[in-house]
Amino acid sequence: MSEQILTEVFEVEAGDFVAAGAASAQIKRILKQLSVNSDLIRRAAIISYEAELNLVIHSLGGKLILRVMKDRVVISTEDVGPGIADISLALKEGWSTASDDIRSMGFGAGMGLPNIKRNADDFEIRSAAGSGTTIVTTIYL
Amino acid sequence: MTVEELALAVGGEILTAPENAGRTIGSAMTCDLLSWVMARGKADMAWVTVQTNINVVAVAALHDMACVVIPEGMRPDAPVTEKAAEEGVVLIRTDASAYSVCCTLHTGGVA
Ligand SMILES: Nc1ncnc2c1ncn2[C@@H]1O[C@H](COP(=O)(O)OP(=O)(O)OP(=O)(O)O)[C@@H](O)[C@H]1O
Ligand SMILES: [Mg+2]
Repeated sequence: MSEQILTEVFEVEAGDFVAAGAASAQIKRILKQLSVNSDLIRRAAIISYEAELNLVIHSLGGKLILRVMKDRVVISTEDVGPGIADISLALKEGWSTASDDIRSMGFGAGMGLPNIKRNADDFEIRSAAGSGTTIVTTIYL
Repeated sequence: MTVEELALAVGGEILTAPENAGRTIGSAMTCDLLSWVMARGKADMAWVTVQTNINVVAVAALHDMACVVIPEGMRPDAPVTEKAAEEGVVLIRTDASAYSVCCTLHTGGVA
């Protein structure tokens, strides 16, 4: 493991659409302060926003975690459920279980996880129905 | 084309962050699916959307967009304009259609 520069943990509440995006904005600010290049910041912002919104929309609450190391940025989420029954389906573009209410707000295109995967150099997801979901993404600097 | 010029050309009203209305628009997009816009958004973009909820501000701010244009006579609520003002995101509202706003952007030289 390379040298850790910082770790920030953001609590994300289920259903809190007003605060949604605040943790991602904070992550963007931190990376800017660390003079990370703007293309990598853009990728990190896409990853953190989609992960944060999935916590708000689909989870029962969880954490968004930023870790910055000398050679990489790691953005991860951990939530307390309800988990994903079929991960390969969830990763498919266009697959979404979002309700009509959520869709009317502009969510539910089924693009969030594919966006996360596309913008990460490494992407890991662990989940099972009835337990929580964990996502770990890495961007190399 | 600047944000201010766009607002004028579409008969629009700048609702928030007039201090940023001098920005030059680099590109444009119209779409109401947030994760679609998250995937394709860029700095200096003008984004035309009928979504008026607070998440629009988050997406525009994360991409450092030039402005968000809300067409078709839609109006964002106060908490949304407050958030946009706080984040320095320019919101423009207009009675013009999304299509017509896009035509104006094109005529204004935005590729
Ligand atoms: N943290 C999570 N907990 C439980 N289910 C999840 C979680 N994240 C994603 N999912 C499931 O995976 C599906 C696909 O997620 P994805 O982010 O790709 O699309 P979406 O959130 O439905 O729509 P979009 O992100 O385009 O607004 C979701 O509809 C949901 O069923
Ligand atoms: Mg999503």
